[in-house]
Amino acid sequence: MIADGEMGHPPEEIRAVPLRHPGRWVGTAVLLVLGAMLVHDITTNPRFGWGIVGTYFFSTPVVQGVEKTLELTFVAMAIGVILGVLFAVMRLSPNPILSGAAWLYIWFFRGTPVYVQLLFWYVISALQPTISLGIPFGPEFVHMSANSIVTPFVAALLGLGLNEGAYYAEIVRAGILSVDHGQFEAAQSLGMRRAPLMRRIVLPQAMRVIVPPTGNETISMLKTTSLAVVVTYPELLYQTENIAARTYETIPLYIMASFWYLLMTTVLTIGQYYVERYYARGTSYALPLTPIQKLRRNLTTLRRVPFSATSAGGS
Amino acid sequence: MIRAEAVHKRYGLLEVLKGITLEVAPREVMCLLGPSGSGKSTFLRCINHLEKINSGRLYVDGSLVGYQERGGRLHELREREVCRRRTEIGMVFQRFNLFPHMTALENVVVAPVLVKKDSRAVATTRARSLLDRVGLSSKVDSYPNQLSGGQQQRVAIARALAMEPKLMLFDEPTSALDPELVGEVLDVMRGLAEEGMTMVVVTHEIGFAREVGDTLVFIDEGVVVEVGAPREVIANPQHERTKAFLSKVF
Repeated sequence: MIADGEMGHPPEEIRAVPLRHPGRWVGTAVLLVLGAMLVHDITTNPRFGWGIVGTYFFSTPVVQGVEKTLELTFVAMAIGVILGVLFAVMRLSPNPILSGAAWLYIWFFRGTPVYVQLLFWYVISALQPTISLGIPFGPEFVHMSANSIVTPFVAALLGLGLNEGAYYAEIVRAGILSVDHGQFEAAQSLGMRRAPLMRRIVLPQAMRVIVPPTGNETISMLKTTSLAVVVTYPELLYQTENIAARTYETIPLYIMASFWYLLMTTVLTIGQYYVERYYARGTSYALPLTPIQKLRRNLTTLRRVPFSATSAGGS
Repeated sequence: MIRAEAVHKRYGLLEVLKGITLEVAPREVMCLLGPSGSGKSTFLRCINHLEKINSGRLYVDGSLVGYQERGGRLHELREREVCRRRTEIGMVFQRFNLFPHMTALENVVVAPVLVKKDSRAVATTRARSLLDRVGLSSKVDSYPNQLSGGQQQRVAIARALAMEPKLMLFDEPTSALDPELVGEVLDVMRGLAEEGMTMVVVTHEIGFAREVGDTLVFIDEGVVVEVGAPREVIANPQHERTKAFLSKVF
């Protein structure tokens, strides 16, 4: 404003010669050559067996395997989240029994490989042939064989869910610790007890810290479900290996499975983006635009360019 | 309303309160003044049991804070009871501590609904009238980070009032505000005092203490140095430490 008034004309727009980046050109050339080599190999090497990838991609057992993979991912993740929140809150409890029990759980399940845990659940009937309900060391009311309860699905859920719970507890704990102490005091001064204080005040704020690693964990879980092969749960990799065992087309089928995993993780990545936006509420004045909003705005501004140019020149 | 008898508070080896004895009558506005680190905020936090005292006795409305006396011994109160008593004491913090994930209205509604089990409709109606009273009826749907410091602190006062407390504690309510925003918060507090709210205010606002306060307490190094009517203490301090402090503040 002042400059305008004093100088009598608007400041001149800077039109500098842009800095050259020869390194980028060299890099581009190298990448293009490498890319061309890769494409050439992929398209000409018959051992990739692209036709077979296509044949089995939507075959019934594969699609069923995909469904089972998704089911296992979400249920195991749900178990992990519930256990994780529970153990994180327990871990931070002033009650030494609760925090000690949570510590022990996390220590054990985070300290042993998930693969070994899955194997264990698979052979649980060798350790505990029957499971019964009753009074400890006293009479038992219900007897069941472990094999009838711990089906491959349950074994996979237990192995993946309990393990995830231990990791997730640490993520939630970090989230809770990230919430300003003043929030606890404000809620306490209003007479809130610990449970509602956590649920309504602390956890929603912890979500901003918890959500990004949750997306990460879900994606990781989706891939880890492939370990459920060892408990003979017919998810995507199990079905793939089944077909491979029959047809000996190992490489095309592994490629096919990889494409499915990639497709599913991509969808999850997009979902994660929107969930993160939701929990960023109240933390910044304006959220950045979503890719779709950006695209829409770019299209509308493109259309408006002649207008704005004339109006700017006119004023 | 409040009776403190030789209240001591230690953090490890550091003794923050070294025997505070004072009394606040119903409808009284008491201002606590003193250098930083003198223990005045700690004392305030003891009143609603955010801090546990180590010795002495502290009563609010006739009952012991945080404990129950039975058979000559003190028994710790259950969380339920501690929380019930806190609902009768409103507190306003230096850094506002609004819930950032909730709008101004939700900030005021949440505690009555969760703690007092008021219906959402009743709590919302009262929250709107409280926000109106602190001059923020146009900001009900704003999130805290869209509000100025003065507006946030007024929401925080409305949030505390929504529990219909008998007593309000203010912990340096204007210390984190830009100078031009201090007045709007003090105006709301003055209004509360005129309506007869019992208030304990830790503050550095000498003007507010003089005009609104019924009693001024000067605390230094964990002890009450001087108590009196604000005008007299400010105009004519009796103790060297009070004189030294006031000369620095003015």
